[in-house]
Amino acid sequence: MRGLEKHYGRVHALRGVDLDIAEGEFFALLGPNGAGKTTLISLLAGLARASAGSAEIMGFDVTREYRRARRALGVVPQELVYDPFFTVRETLVFQSGYYGLRDNRAWIDELLANLGLADKADAYTRVLSGGMKRRLLVAQALVHKPPVIVLDEPTAGVDVELRQSLWAFIRRLNQQGHTILLTTHYLEEAETLCERVAMLKEGRVVALDRTADLLRGAAERHLLLDIGQQPLPEFLRARLKGMEDGRHVLDLPDFSELETILAGLRAAGIGVRDLALREVDLEDVFLKVMRGGRA
Amino acid sequence: MTGFMTLLRKEILRFWKVLLQTIAAPVLTALLYLLIFSHVLEAHVQVYPGVSYTAFLMPGLIMMSMMQNAFANSSSSLIQSKITGNIVFVLLPPLSYLEFFLAYLVAALARGFAVGVGVLLVGVFFADIEMRHPGWVLAFALASGTVFACIGILAGIWADKFDHLAGVQNFVIMPLTFLSGVFYSIHSLPAFWQSVSHFNPVFYMIDGFRYGFFGQGDVDPWLGMAVVLPFALLLAVATLMMLRSGYKLRH
Repeated sequence: MRGLEKHYGRVHALRGVDLDIAEGEFFALLGPNGAGKTTLISLLAGLARASAGSAEIMGFDVTREYRRARRALGVVPQELVYDPFFTVRETLVFQSGYYGLRDNRAWIDELLANLGLADKADAYTRVLSGGMKRRLLVAQALVHKPPVIVLDEPTAGVDVELRQSLWAFIRRLNQQGHTILLTTHYLEEAETLCERVAMLKEGRVVALDRTADLLRGAAERHLLLDIGQQPLPEFLRARLKGMEDGRHVLDLPDFSELETILAGLRAAGIGVRDLALREVDLEDVFLKVMRGGRA
Repeated sequence: MTGFMTLLRKEILRFWKVLLQTIAAPVLTALLYLLIFSHVLEAHVQVYPGVSYTAFLMPGLIMMSMMQNAFANSSSSLIQSKITGNIVFVLLPPLSYLEFFLAYLVAALARGFAVGVGVLLVGVFFADIEMRHPGWVLAFALASGTVFACIGILAGIWADKFDHLAGVQNFVIMPLTFLSGVFYSIHSLPAFWQSVSHFNPVFYMIDGFRYGFFGQGDVDPWLGMAVVLPFALLLAVATLMMLRSGYKLRH
């Protein structure tokens, strides 16, 4: 994506997004509601046209070479949409046909089996539960075996067990070489699944890094120290972030400093009743970035 | 080609699965018109020499049913897909706007023809009908069906809710088709309304179609086709341009 911009009337949904996602990557796009995530996906999918800038999928420009770009892309839309007139199998056969595939039965059966929909193949889509409809959308996006798969909030409203099996399936696709672009509100999903993360705020990329580096860069490891009523010794004052349930919350950017702190406490004659370490997670980074800080 | 054929198949299957509503119901409606009007007017009105009023009515009813159902098919399919959101299923794949247009057009024609043939099959029990110029019948059916299929696509894409579509249906399609000489010959009208009728393109569609059956009409079928065909082409081009622009489909 190069200088991607999108206006909807007066609303400036995207304000110049530059982003490269490498082939085979598992990439997360995070941001609060209205940050421009879905707009970005719509531009990639050809559901909307950019006001400025350009985007390519597998080297194909999404407007000039839209046929090849769209063939390379599978999108799981955010809304739980379905066509009530047709059965699960009919839906997938039609979707294959739209991509020019005449006989796609073997792959459709495999998809149905992998997504736990085999016994619903001949059921009308309107009788499926929400979770099943979501899985059908995933199957529809994969029907033409696209090298790039975009999932826009794919696990919203999906129960835990199903979410796990869905991720296992997507992870397998990623291991087979598919590039995955994911937007999600569940930050722990992005943290465990994605190699790289971009954070979007008001139509701009405000953070972009490897997930691990983003977490490390946030430098927000905390030591929670319970020393009862004893005063906090002078040498720890600078680290104090606040109090939580009678415990001192101390900054601990470097793990090796723990030794020094404990030795200092011992030297000062302060007994430690309890201590705990709290690692920063993506949610902390996210909140920090969204409040205006850089990760 | 597979993309177009698939979308066409899907669109045909869509109305075929609910044929009681999409084919049987309009045939029954046409039959009711036929029964009531022919019962009331058969003995009083003869428009063309040697043609009973019931026979005269038949082609008009067939054409009116075809036009209304061609419109209903493309417009209702599109608005339903837009409102339920499943229109993305056809927007995400690499279908060109031309494939999109042709699939919706041909499906609308298919439903129109299915209803038209249904009305004809029922009608033969009530009147002696012969088809003197099948070529004209087919030509006017195709051109007029195209006109209404295109209006259906345009309206289906433009409308944001079912109410908008009902507005087009009730305030444009119904008056145009009812006041086009389905039930009467414009020669039976006062001079002023005769002139007004000449500005209604639907009048030429009905009249030309009827000419195909009886070899008689209010105007020459070539003149009729000279009005209808450019009108159909104009609408087809307008529809294609709208689809190409992505209006209300691709923001």
